[in-house]
Amino acid sequence: MTTIDTTLPLGAEAPADESDALNYLTVRRGLMSWLLTLDHKRIGIMYLVSILSAFFLGGVFALLIRTELLTPQRTIMDADTYNQMFTLHGAVMIFLFIIPGIPAALGNFVLPIMLGAKDVAFPRLNLTSYYLYVFGAVFAVLSIATGGVDTGWTFYTPYSTTTNTSVIAMTAGAFILGFSSILTGLNFIVTIHKLRPAGMGWFTMPLLLWALYATAIIQVLATPVLGITLLLLIVERALGVGIFDPALGGDPVLYQHFFWFYSHPAVYIMILPAMGIISELISVFSRKHIFGYRFIAYSSVAIAVLGFLVWGHHMFTSGQSALANTIFSALTFSVSIPSAIKVFNWLATMYGGSIVLATPMCYALAFIFLFGIGGLSGLFLGTLATDVHLHDTYFVVAHFHYVMMGGTVIAFLGGLHYWWPKMFGRMYSELWGKIGAAVIFVGFNITFFSQFLMGSQGMPRRYYNYLPKFQAYHEWSSVGSYLMAVGFIVTAACLVHSLLRGPKAPANPWGAASLEWQCSSPPPVENFSTTPQPGDPYDFSGLVYDPRVSGYVKQEGAG
Amino acid sequence: MSAGKSSGTEGSHGDPHLAHHFDTPTQQFESGRLGMWIFLATEILLFGGLFCAYAVYRSNHPDIFIYAHRYLDVPLGALNTAILICSSLTMAWAVRCAQLGKQRGLVILLALTLVCAFGFLGVKAIEYQHKWKHGLLWGERFAPAGEPEHGESQKENAAPAPNASPSHSAAEAVADKAASLLATATKRKRPSNVHIFFGIYFLMTGLHALHVIAGMTVIGWVLARSLRGHFTGGYFTPVDLVGLYWHLVDLIWIYLFPLLYLIH
Amino acid sequence: MESEHTHTHIVKLRVLLAVWGALLVLTYFTVAATYVDLGSLNLWVAMGVATLKGSLVALYFMHLRYDRPFNAIVFVTALVFVMLFVSLALLDTVHYKPEMIPGYAPALESPQVGE
Repeated sequence: MTTIDTTLPLGAEAPADESDALNYLTVRRGLMSWLLTLDHKRIGIMYLVSILSAFFLGGVFALLIRTELLTPQRTIMDADTYNQMFTLHGAVMIFLFIIPGIPAALGNFVLPIMLGAKDVAFPRLNLTSYYLYVFGAVFAVLSIATGGVDTGWTFYTPYSTTTNTSVIAMTAGAFILGFSSILTGLNFIVTIHKLRPAGMGWFTMPLLLWALYATAIIQVLATPVLGITLLLLIVERALGVGIFDPALGGDPVLYQHFFWFYSHPAVYIMILPAMGIISELISVFSRKHIFGYRFIAYSSVAIAVLGFLVWGHHMFTSGQSALANTIFSALTFSVSIPSAIKVFNWLATMYGGSIVLATPMCYALAFIFLFGIGGLSGLFLGTLATDVHLHDTYFVVAHFHYVMMGGTVIAFLGGLHYWWPKMFGRMYSELWGKIGAAVIFVGFNITFFSQFLMGSQGMPRRYYNYLPKFQAYHEWSSVGSYLMAVGFIVTAACLVHSLLRGPKAPANPWGAASLEWQCSSPPPVENFSTTPQPGDPYDFSGLVYDPRVSGYVKQEGAG
Repeated sequence: MSAGKSSGTEGSHGDPHLAHHFDTPTQQFESGRLGMWIFLATEILLFGGLFCAYAVYRSNHPDIFIYAHRYLDVPLGALNTAILICSSLTMAWAVRCAQLGKQRGLVILLALTLVCAFGFLGVKAIEYQHKWKHGLLWGERFAPAGEPEHGESQKENAAPAPNASPSHSAAEAVADKAASLLATATKRKRPSNVHIFFGIYFLMTGLHALHVIAGMTVIGWVLARSLRGHFTGGYFTPVDLVGLYWHLVDLIWIYLFPLLYLIH
Repeated sequence: MESEHTHTHIVKLRVLLAVWGALLVLTYFTVAATYVDLGSLNLWVAMGVATLKGSLVALYFMHLRYDRPFNAIVFVTALVFVMLFVSLALLDTVHYKPEMIPGYAPALESPQVGE
């Protein structure tokens, strides 16, 4: 194997690409060519811009919350505003950023190309899904403008049916966003079933596709229940139906069953695609075939299915029956098995590989570390006895931020850096990319590890004021969040700089073997002129670095 | 419901209905069908939430359901069931005509399906109106006037269901006996929170009625297209997919009818 | 265009009409069965008949019998997950102990709403 130095030379002479032909970005110009496009790549880019805007918005809310919590008393806002801030942070981050994040933005771009297909199965539905997303986002923003929401992102009854904030606008937004998510999932399932090229069997698909497939199953089966839940909540508020209202003989715990039947599987909508990205990154940057392909593939589906059986672990202290508590607690542990299978297979893939510490790989390693902590801390919460102590404390907040942010957001960033050259045809600065990753990693741990500590000592979540003994932890946490913000700014600057000044990207800068690296960067409108011949997506033996194109090329017989 | 309208850009291989990213019409047709089935799966889960609410309240408060269902009109419910079954037949028949390329039959049968759908909504409107008049509404709006008038004795003249009415005379005695047994059990007292039943009734039938209206919209759309001769024996995907959707609407009603009207 | 008549199954008119007849007969049967006291069996009879009717609609009107098996898998999976949802929720809610909450036992109290 050749010595590999992927620290790509900044400003290296962009090779005169013979394919200065029109790509998907340049083929048509003008705003309408974007707004009415049916091209999955352009829709993916529009999603990317939208979800990054949502991430920015949610991030600003997060910084405001952390600033307020610098002192035990009022710091910058009153208590009602604070309640709205954490609700909006949660709702925006979950419904507008994390759930559509990887599938709709990166998945939309990558999935058909990985399959060697020209588009997703239903391009119009894809565009519809995007506009539903925008429409839902407008509703969510509308709720901010009309007085905010202070229920928390879970909209628990009976508070959500009695508070005088604009719950209806926010839940209507989440309802519409749910439809957007369903349509994306539907599209992906059909695309993977019907548009796989001859020669690509289920077990020669890149693992990201398995992950997106498992995600799509959850999107299709769980999201409608969120739809009906929010619909019931809306009619409850608007008409006083009383299904969830104890004053009318209704059952508020039933609301929690409804909500978590969707929202627990939904956390796997968030993490499964992230795991798919990590499977790609680990193998490519270890220059080694993925270890235990079938186990990783099956574990994605196992997580999707098991994820439906454990929702009651959010309700241990809700008054749920002892029998249900016990069953849900026992089932919860089963989810850790497929998750651990994945982690062990990633580690086994790295073992003995020639690891390349490019920016995406740095994110992948950060993912394994942070997801390990996040996943293992989940076991304490799944255990009935310890959960009673830890329920509704910062321990829970730290746990799900380690999984959602340390897992999904980090993997999203890894994937974004990995496919960035394919999306825009430009290389970013490896140095600044890694600096950004390092700052985010350090800032993240400072922010959230301190929350584990104060949570285990009993600091309740969502509180505006707190006992003075927790102030030091809160200060650490807030300082960490500022550091993380710096990391995101560095990363954003690095990526924007690459768009303006970055060297042209080769077709295959990383030496990956899946099909999306066989077309030019950025891809042409139809992705491939002829359907490519799929091979093993993790066989890197025929790929050699060619300094003339500063990327990898296929060399027949050079195994 | 437009899962089948998959044609991205017009194909260039001669077949105007083949989208550029599909290789064959069969692949495209099967993709459309699979997409529609997945969409139907989401619809089943959507209604699943209401079925769950129903099951939880019925198992915990059976008295409410036994008491309150007698406010519903079984003949009208049975009539609506029959209407929907007939509309399903005409829809399936319409798909058959489309497959065989029979234009006239397709148009007539789609129109008949639409007529049945209007009939269903008409009957539903009569039922809703009756409940509205008697204050048999949900939650806060529940303000009933009088005891239930045993389903079968009211509104005989409104619309007797041919296939359901004979059973009343036959079973009336049994029903009355059961009702009186029940009445002794509950000491002729209305259980509290009866409005929960009507909340669930209006949610289930209301959501179903919205689906009927959506189905009518898409049937109207394929009817308009078939009048313009858009469908041939070689291209009938929209008719087929709309048919699937319409049958699901029927299928859900097949469960709603016994769950809401036929409580023993 | 050669595959047009091979990629779908055309159901015989005789079959459609027979299914239609069966559905109407079953509707009559399920209404009639309500007036016979079978105890808790009444619910199961009603659900059984509904499921039989639903199966007829799915198999013949919706062509599932002649269709790709995966479409049937999608359909059955949806039903399984609804059952999962209902049964796990019931598993919890049948254990409610309203008598433990003073003043909350709706079925036993005198009517409060709408009187």
